[in-house]
Amino acid sequence: MASSEAERKTVGWAARDQSGILSPYTYTLRQPSALNSFFHDFWNTGPEDVYIKVLCCGLCHRDTDIHQAKNDLGSSRYPMVPGHEVVGEVIEVGSEVMKFKVGERVGVGLVVWCCRNCGACKAGLEQYCNKKIFNFNDVCTDGKPTQGGFAQHMVVDQKFVVKIPEGMESEQVAPLLCAGITVYSPLRHLGLIGSGRRGGILGLGGVGHMGVKLAKAMGHHVTVISSSVMKEEVALKHLGADAYLVSSDEDAMNSAADSLDYIIDTMPVSHPLEPYLVLLKVDGKLVLTGIINTPLQFASPMVMMGRKSIMGTFIGSTKETEEMLCFCKDKGLTSQIEAVKMDYINEAFQRVMRKDVRYRFVVDVAGSKLDM
Amino acid sequence: MGSLETERTTVGWAARDPSGVLSPYTYNLRDTGAEDVYIKVLCCGLCHSDIHQAKNDLGMSNYPMVPGHEVVGEVVEVGSEVTRFRVGERVGVGIVVGCCGGCTPCKSDLEQYCSKKIWNYNDVYTDGKPTQGGFAGEMVVHQKFVVKIPEGMEPEQVAPLLCAGITVYSPLRHFGLTASGLRGGILGLGGVGHMGVKIAKAMGHHVTVISSSEKKKEEALEQLGADAYLVSSDEEAMKSAIDSLDYIIDTVPVVHPLEPYILLLKLNGKLIITGVINAPLQFMSPLIMLGRKSITGTFIGSTKETEEMLEFCKKKDVTSQIEVVKMDYINEAFARLAKNDVRYRFVVDVAGSQLDQ
Repeated sequence: MASSEAERKTVGWAARDQSGILSPYTYTLRQPSALNSFFHDFWNTGPEDVYIKVLCCGLCHRDTDIHQAKNDLGSSRYPMVPGHEVVGEVIEVGSEVMKFKVGERVGVGLVVWCCRNCGACKAGLEQYCNKKIFNFNDVCTDGKPTQGGFAQHMVVDQKFVVKIPEGMESEQVAPLLCAGITVYSPLRHLGLIGSGRRGGILGLGGVGHMGVKLAKAMGHHVTVISSSVMKEEVALKHLGADAYLVSSDEDAMNSAADSLDYIIDTMPVSHPLEPYLVLLKVDGKLVLTGIINTPLQFASPMVMMGRKSIMGTFIGSTKETEEMLCFCKDKGLTSQIEAVKMDYINEAFQRVMRKDVRYRFVVDVAGSKLDM
Repeated sequence: MGSLETERTTVGWAARDPSGVLSPYTYNLRDTGAEDVYIKVLCCGLCHSDIHQAKNDLGMSNYPMVPGHEVVGEVVEVGSEVTRFRVGERVGVGIVVGCCGGCTPCKSDLEQYCSKKIWNYNDVYTDGKPTQGGFAGEMVVHQKFVVKIPEGMEPEQVAPLLCAGITVYSPLRHFGLTASGLRGGILGLGGVGHMGVKIAKAMGHHVTVISSSEKKKEEALEQLGADAYLVSSDEEAMKSAIDSLDYIIDTVPVVHPLEPYILLLKLNGKLIITGVINAPLQFMSPLIMLGRKSITGTFIGSTKETEEMLEFCKKKDVTSQIEVVKMDYINEAFARLAKNDVRYRFVVDVAGSQLDQ
């Protein structure tokens, strides 16, 4: 009986305080109650749950989340195991799980629960549910804290587990589960997946680099907009961007006025919006993806005289994520990553904050020693 | 020969300086070109932006300036290539009277978004002469910018539709927000706001007026037909209305917070800004990300859209609530409009006024 079994534990690397430094931490994963186990033939995994062995996990600005682990958004609970671009292997499935089989490779992103009742949930847009639960630094329905993917295992409700097409490398898939879907979802929603569009990608970090690759794969003309000249060669030669605009170059910015159908704005810090609104054509869209806790500004004529929109977007649904993975597989799209072991994670955090990574760290969790 | 004839003139009421005070002014009108329509002005609405222009609030005013861009008139003469209009017909003119014709917006019937558009007053026409607006006896306008008015609509009723009305109709149509049953918010209850309530109700929407005070509640609900009224300083009420609106037409013409209104929007909701405000508006990115909401702007509509809107208003019997005045009241009307003391649009009976006093 489950009640007399040892709890299912795992080891993750958790931040203990606002310093954000991660170190090994052992905790329990959820299991069904004794009663549930009894009725479900002693299974240790809840009926809708998937017990996953983590293979690798990407490191996103949101997780160094310098914001989260370093408490910049003021809502951190410690100990906290971050990591929300998780690729893993199914170890066990609950009795009601038909979609996944043991041994299958799957993904997990930032959302692990939704209410299933609100307009967003019913429209298949569970990432916009007001009661959604994040995969780390949140509280699950059983009252326990959620812990993320820099850990050996996770237990996740099947609704939030993503099927990964055969033949895709795990480390390549990880960044797609947040950075990739963050770009794919709004372009799909706006009907901008077809070729021939002119897109701008503002900022060239993890999300930005995925933006260039995805937009190119969609057949768009892609302009990278950056505050420095430093990444120009890489953007044009390695990422395949068509053009590169330095935002402080007034002449170049002037010539590019009224030239873009959309701009994916990946800047994670406060910045002016108007220079970029000017670049948009009539009906153009500035899509914000960065959680910034200071106000952004614009003067109303900048959006009125051109019927331009400033829109926000937040990851994508499980369904959209799966669609995106198929698209990426179909187009042979790869992420540019630096694979590291878990003991490098604190150094990796520091380097992300210094923007010193091309373009995503992916931690080889299964290949690391976690309980040092 | 044109060079020996005197050019025809008209009398308009022009501001001479940033005091914004209007007085009679005689000026030349161009001859009726092949594509032009020579119009006798019947009436003209007074809009908040006329005040901004007359008083040089935007720092771009040239004087003497005859304002007025909600013009209803009667065709006096048409150029040789004008087939759409006949003499005697009633027509409308809005704020745009010229465009480049070659850019993408021009080619997509979105000429109001042409970056080279010419304003119907306080601008310079292709002949190098200043444009002058509708508080005048006559105007000469290129046919592309002259709006057909359906039979049976009163000129004074139509005037506010040519700016206030189309300002609301155009974005609702463009953003696919015309189906009945939608829940709309109208923020601000001036000229544009009141048209917003009427047009949204005519589309079958549930309409909530959002205002900074209780003052207009009764008239919003009883006279304009709004379904609900929210006072923005009423925290409890604002909280209960969170996540309830498909769109908000924001007609506030001065700087104001956006966040309380963004919160009222549902998933995918749109905050549609219509006021030209030269100081920055602010918001925090998470507020629009978590709900995939948009902040967007809109500027009047095309000639084609305006005609479609007029047909819609005729069919649904949408009328404006106006106060008709004579031209000699115009300065008083400006002063009252600046204090929001009008229900809800002044319309000057130009043809019935003595202009050259």
